[in-house]
Amino acid sequence: MDIFKKLAFEHRRMDIPDFRTGDTVKVYTKIREGDEKERIQVFEGVVIKKKGGGLSETFTVRKVSYGVGVEKTFPLHSPRIDKIELITKGRRNRARLYYLRQLRGKAAKQKIRTKN
Amino acid sequence: MAKIMAMIGRKIGMTQVFDSLGQAVPVTVLEVGPCTVLQKKYQEKEGYNAVQLGFGKRPLNRLNMPEAGHVRKANVGHGFYVIKEVKVDNPDDFTPGAELTLNDLELREIVDIIGTTKGKGFQGTVKRHGFSRGRMGHGSKHHREMGSIGQSAYPSRIIKGKRMPGRMGGNRITVKNCMVIDVRPEDNVLLVKGPVPGARNGTVVVRCK
Repeated sequence: MDIFKKLAFEHRRMDIPDFRTGDTVKVYTKIREGDEKERIQVFEGVVIKKKGGGLSETFTVRKVSYGVGVEKTFPLHSPRIDKIELITKGRRNRARLYYLRQLRGKAAKQKIRTKN
Repeated sequence: MAKIMAMIGRKIGMTQVFDSLGQAVPVTVLEVGPCTVLQKKYQEKEGYNAVQLGFGKRPLNRLNMPEAGHVRKANVGHGFYVIKEVKVDNPDDFTPGAELTLNDLELREIVDIIGTTKGKGFQGTVKRHGFSRGRMGHGSKHHREMGSIGQSAYPSRIIKGKRMPGRMGGNRITVKNCMVIDVRPEDNVLLVKGPVPGARNGTVVVRCK
């Protein structure tokens, strides 16, 4: 077997739900505080980008927090991600939703996808 | 059989893996071995102690006769794409014809990787030596030229070793202290952190500390 496929098979996360750009997700990340302490931080928002493939695939989640837009990029197969919850499926019109950065309030809301 | 300090391999490519802390680590995937011992070299005869290793199978009918005779002397039924020597303390620890795998390599946490960099062709001083560029506008007409290369009446010659345009790349480069991330003897695969000189499928030598 191809060694890259083999490495990807060993390191990849099987428990990641299938989500696309435009979907709203909750990302639970493990945050290390000090030496031994660990807590879970939740980041909820719209997926505006999925990038790369294989083990180096990343995705970017955007939310507006206290009026300030915040974007976080996570490696999809990172062991520091505790879990990813798919909240709603969005009806997307393009692969990368950079236009959301210009929109505020209701205009930035994602339409819900009913059929795949 | 004693452990050997260096082995020939091939660069497969790069990817990333996650370490125990969950950090993504860029790694180069190297295929190392199996290498076949072809010849033993002795202090008395050749002036140094070494073994000659072959890597990569090549059919006998693709060899010229001196090479075919050389592998036949070691009782090997095929030729090799790469043949290199590795210094050892005692060549008698190894038998010609024996196959060495990753398990026979004296691996620690760090290794040196020797490879040949990608050839860049004839390049100017900006790319080749990192000279700074002149301004592109305002009538300077001095864009990527190298500028003055020396003084006038004294010394009225160019100092030897002056950095000038020329062939770049294609050099043998040793990357020292590469961290070993993973060893997979079952696939003959070694993962080292960071880049390694050369293109994919390029020959590398893994030298242990």
